[in-house]
Amino acid sequence: MTALFSNVARVLLVSLLTAASASAFAQTRVDDAWVRTSVPGQPSSGAFMRITADTDSKLLSVSSPVARDVQIHEMSMTNDVMRMGPVDSVPLPAGKTVSLDPDGYHVMLMGLVGQIKAGDQVPLTLTVEDARGVRETIEVKAPARAMMDSMDMSHDHGSMH
Amino acid sequence: MNDLLTRRQVVTGMGLLGLGLLAGCDGSTTALDFKYGKDLSNKIMGRTFKLTDTSGEVKTLSSYRGLMPVVFFGFTQCPSVCPTALARAVQAKKLMGEDGKTMQVIFITVDPERDTPEILDAYVKQFDPGFVALRGTLEQTQAVAKEFGVFYEKVPVGDTYTMSHTATSFVFDSRGNLRLGLSPSLSAKQCAEDLLTVMEVC
Repeated sequence: MTALFSNVARVLLVSLLTAASASAFAQTRVDDAWVRTSVPGQPSSGAFMRITADTDSKLLSVSSPVARDVQIHEMSMTNDVMRMGPVDSVPLPAGKTVSLDPDGYHVMLMGLVGQIKAGDQVPLTLTVEDARGVRETIEVKAPARAMMDSMDMSHDHGSMH
Repeated sequence: MNDLLTRRQVVTGMGLLGLGLLAGCDGSTTALDFKYGKDLSNKIMGRTFKLTDTSGEVKTLSSYRGLMPVVFFGFTQCPSVCPTALARAVQAKKLMGEDGKTMQVIFITVDPERDTPEILDAYVKQFDPGFVALRGTLEQTQAVAKEFGVFYEKVPVGDTYTMSHTATSFVFDSRGNLRLGLSPSLSAKQCAEDLLTVMEVC
């Protein structure tokens, strides 16, 4: 009973703190976020980053004003066949850095409202939920990089929180 | 390397003079010893496709005779493997120096419904102005994929779709013989080494 009470109390406390100041509980870090540039008329692009959560959590969703529909997809490669498909969430084990990169999970920006040009700062809002169901939102500004730059993963640090 | 280039140019010139035979320069398509890629010398694939380039011209494999065509199937909304493969081709071309000029990257879309000639043209040219993109009707796309043994399918997501597809790069020698399959897992350097092996035979 005491344990249960204490859990409830902690959830309440975290919720209050989250509401009061998003940065008070720095649970999830986002590093090296970037978005691939698009060519005129291209209706979608991808966003990539590294995410580290303090506690076992999952990335539930991402939103951005540059696209009408933002989804999380997973790419897998079997016998040189690339398979792509949406996932409900991305597990973020405590303390482990999870890469959203062209070789695995990534964010699909679908229905772009305009061309994404090199140097654009693309706002992304990530929703992360921890094991207790507490949700956290993280705002990121991801610089847009040209196609050719995607090979060299030069790490200019994106904003984090 | 200079001797090699000269020999190849002579042989290519002979080929252009007109026999047009689908045989290796030495009259055979014996297996090649690739370090990283898969030898496809004994496969008869991808010889009869007829597709349209982004300026509306009809192209076949023989349109690229004398060059070393590197054929990749993909779609411009592909977030990962397509840009990675094209960027890798740019790097491999650079690593090959002068020899890289013979390499002709051909991007065949598996998504002709959304990949218009304009989008395709802008897409491949941002990697290298020399890259070409080919496009067919839905039926032609099915036919060319079948001819190469390439798998592709639409994956519905929300009210739109993404695609799964084979990500091998298919390499022909300058006489139109299929020679090499490059896996997406290989590095640009590994690809460049195997591409030079293709150029040594023809």
